[in-house]
Amino acid sequence: MDRYILEIRDLHVHFRVYEGISRVLDGVSLDVREGERVGLAGETGCGKTVTMKTVMGALKVPPAIIPKGEVILDGQDVLKMSAEQLLEIKGTKVSMIFQDPMNALNPVFTVGTQLLDVIRFSNRHSSNGGKLSKKETLNRAITVLGAVRLPDPKRILSSYSLELSGGMRQRVLIAMALVNGPRFLIADEPQTALDVTIGAQILDLLSGLVKTNGISVLLITHNLGVIRETTERVNIMYAGQIVESAPTALLFENPKHPYSRGLLASVPRLTGGKIAEGIRGTVPDYARAPSGCRFHPRCDYVMPICSQKRPPLTMVSPGHYVKCWLYGEEGEVQ
Amino acid sequence: MNDPLLVVEDLVQHFPLRAGLFHQQTGEVKAVEEVSFDIGGDEIFGLVGESGSGKSTIGKTLLRIYKPTKGTIQFKGMDVTKLTGETLHSFRKQAQIVFQDPKSSLNPRRSIRSTLEESLIVHKIGKNGRDRGKIVADLLGMVELSANYMYKYPSMLSGGQRQRVSIARALALKPSFIVLDEPTSALDVSVQAKIIRLLQQLQAERQMAYLFISHDLSLVRTIASRTAVMYLGRIYELAVTEDLFTNPLHPYTKTLLSAVPVISTEERQMKPKNQSHGGEIPSSINPPSGCAFHPRCSLAEEVCAEELPDLAEVIPGHFVRCHIASDALSASTREMHLGASQKRRATKIKRR
Amino acid sequence: MRANTLGPSSVTPQAISRWAALKDGLGRSWYRFRRNPISLIGGSMVLLVIILAILAPLVTPYPEQAGAFTDFSSVFRPPTQSHWFGTDEVGRDVFTRVIFGYRVSLMMAAVVLGISVPFGIFLGLVAGYFGGWIETVIMRITDVFLSLPALVMALAICAAFSPTIEHAMLAVASIWWTWHCRLVHSLTRSIKTEEFVQASQVIGSSHLRILFKDILPNCASAIIVKITLDAGFVILVGASLSFLGLGVQPPKPGLGTMISYGAQHLPMQWWLTVFPSFAIFFLILGFNLLGDGLRDMLDVEAEGI
Repeated sequence: MDRYILEIRDLHVHFRVYEGISRVLDGVSLDVREGERVGLAGETGCGKTVTMKTVMGALKVPPAIIPKGEVILDGQDVLKMSAEQLLEIKGTKVSMIFQDPMNALNPVFTVGTQLLDVIRFSNRHSSNGGKLSKKETLNRAITVLGAVRLPDPKRILSSYSLELSGGMRQRVLIAMALVNGPRFLIADEPQTALDVTIGAQILDLLSGLVKTNGISVLLITHNLGVIRETTERVNIMYAGQIVESAPTALLFENPKHPYSRGLLASVPRLTGGKIAEGIRGTVPDYARAPSGCRFHPRCDYVMPICSQKRPPLTMVSPGHYVKCWLYGEEGEVQ
Repeated sequence: MNDPLLVVEDLVQHFPLRAGLFHQQTGEVKAVEEVSFDIGGDEIFGLVGESGSGKSTIGKTLLRIYKPTKGTIQFKGMDVTKLTGETLHSFRKQAQIVFQDPKSSLNPRRSIRSTLEESLIVHKIGKNGRDRGKIVADLLGMVELSANYMYKYPSMLSGGQRQRVSIARALALKPSFIVLDEPTSALDVSVQAKIIRLLQQLQAERQMAYLFISHDLSLVRTIASRTAVMYLGRIYELAVTEDLFTNPLHPYTKTLLSAVPVISTEERQMKPKNQSHGGEIPSSINPPSGCAFHPRCSLAEEVCAEELPDLAEVIPGHFVRCHIASDALSASTREMHLGASQKRRATKIKRR
Repeated sequence: MRANTLGPSSVTPQAISRWAALKDGLGRSWYRFRRNPISLIGGSMVLLVIILAILAPLVTPYPEQAGAFTDFSSVFRPPTQSHWFGTDEVGRDVFTRVIFGYRVSLMMAAVVLGISVPFGIFLGLVAGYFGGWIETVIMRITDVFLSLPALVMALAICAAFSPTIEHAMLAVASIWWTWHCRLVHSLTRSIKTEEFVQASQVIGSSHLRILFKDILPNCASAIIVKITLDAGFVILVGASLSFLGLGVQPPKPGLGTMISYGAQHLPMQWWLTVFPSFAIFFLILGFNLLGDGLRDMLDVEAEGI
């Protein structure tokens, strides 16, 4: 039986802004099983950053408002955790790597200082005793640098981030994310800021770690090619909702939601040929979001019901879910 | 090509590295090394490469943002490297640029109108404020933005909208040549599709040439008619786009293509095998000897480290800078000739 | 990637005219400003002082006692209903003199900054943009001036000429430009590498246009914050000079001068030093809070929230 490492259920997140209340996340549901590589594909402004921050417990709740939803990480609801409990899980249960390796490391300290800090931090906040000695801490650091395939770990430890290339920095950041043994890693555009060949190496590394260590990865990116080649399941996010979710190969061969279709058609192909004209319209303003289905103003298949009621989640084939009236009970099934 | 618009010959761009109390020169960044190519009047020429390849530097050097260290750039007959004063000013009207980063390519403290008016004011286009206002409104219309956007500031615009403004700025002087430096890299894929379509439309309507610089090979495949692959300041392969992608000759090109993440099975099937064994891109301050790719290349031989190969036209219209590739091709052409002459002898024998 | 995680701001084509866009912009600025309690408090404090100073003859109970006036029957009166801050050694109302003293302080800040800031900005722009020997020469001169302490300079100039408030202002201005020169120089150096500056170069804009239309507006928020914080400092320096006898000369009302004279009569006639000191403190605190608040507000502006 598959065990879930992450289950987000009907998450709503709002913000107070100049224009009123911005309803950024409008019922996000997402899950990641153990040992799985799941993709979260969405364009700018769809809410993936807010979602991620919520999962990591990094969302500052006074400016943000969470009226509904659960974020269950390895059995516990992150939204109900205290500040201390959140500190405990960061780095040990769930960890994150970011897009820009160039700026994520502090240039005034050596890599070693920063890596050892991460190990010691988690040590301080762990509830199950077991303090690590200096030697053990150092060994752990060297081991993890080897796991991310960095040659000469000792030299890396004494280097400054500016002495390392982008690819090496990203490996260091992956090491820092994994050193305290989390079972779940959130990777936010890990390859975007890197060169194509280097980014490919990093994605290979992540896939290798999933295979050997059994960790789960939530890969967040707007690069659909990366999703296709690196994930087993994919969620397409638009305007604060997951509009389609399916096994990757299945969704790419047979996209159901008009947004997914428009998106895939806009991707330039290595084989050449014209790319589609994009999707008309723009991302909505979350303070004045469209009624009913948030995509309906931009949809070529729009029906009257689309602006009136929010579409339900429909299963079109095993494991393949869509939120669209074209497939819903009250619409025509295509 | 008959009468190309732009001919670049042996362009070199080195940037000095300075340190110390008196800013002494401690080394050089060899950004561009003896690059030669030409672009036709209504061509979209693609330039691909990773960081350190020099592709961005070339674009900026062509427009005299930097003064080249060596080499010539012939634009409509004039040598751009030697222009000053009035002639440089009028060159500016003919060649423009669109930058990659929508955040930093528009002045955050200037309204859209002010940014677009700059070109008009500097070149004395438009009789007065109202005149210029109309021209600005027209420019916005060309990039499918309503005139309302005139008084907005860049922070109020999305990335795609800002890029449209950058394009409008480039068009203001009615140039015949535009350098597009990764114009859509910072944009979402659906927005990118719209911007690319706009760029293609404008190019066709106005008979302009583009230098399209990008690290996105799939994008270059769809838009460019000819493409050059750069690595550490040099061109390592240049061909008609379709030939480059269906028959890549250089190991680096193959490595690049193999690393591109693709979404369909047919693309995956056309991807060549990776010809490198990992490794990092070397620094442009201390480039490797001979062929710069040799430390990472799976096919490298001794000669690759010793001698820099020439950019040779091994197939008509298809240039490659590689000892291994050139040898393989000349060997196969020899075989072809050999095969043909053998055939002739055979038929002669038969006839006798 | 965009820094704004809330989606693009509501850019609906309703702002159809320049005025509507301006109003919208001002509305947003005010929204951000009033959300920050620090800037509101600081701003109110400074505004209060400015209003009092401008309306000094109208708001003070004894405007004629501000300068040359004596009433030896009311000497050294402690704070009472009729004299809120008491009277001084020649019988003048201290409250009135404090308010008039504010005039001098504010004027000093205005004059010193009015002269030194534009000068410093211009040199900083030129040094940062052109680089090379121009930059070296300007910045080394700046370094020399920076190493001269304001008080020593003031002493020198006032000794060379005469110890008046005008000479004190001249002395402070002659050094103050260096801070703004340094600030603008370093900002210019980084801004000139931005792509929008390169875009202007590709268009063919003249150096002067680029300096004033592209680079300077991007330094504006840092300069404004610095001016606000400087105002407090300049007033303090001016008061210090007056305290040393180099600024405002009696019988003119000057906060530093008042403290200087009042110090001789501590602790018996404490009101002669306490109130002018508090007045300086209040004004400088106001400027500092305003400056901090402005910095918070202006930093965020470029992000488009």
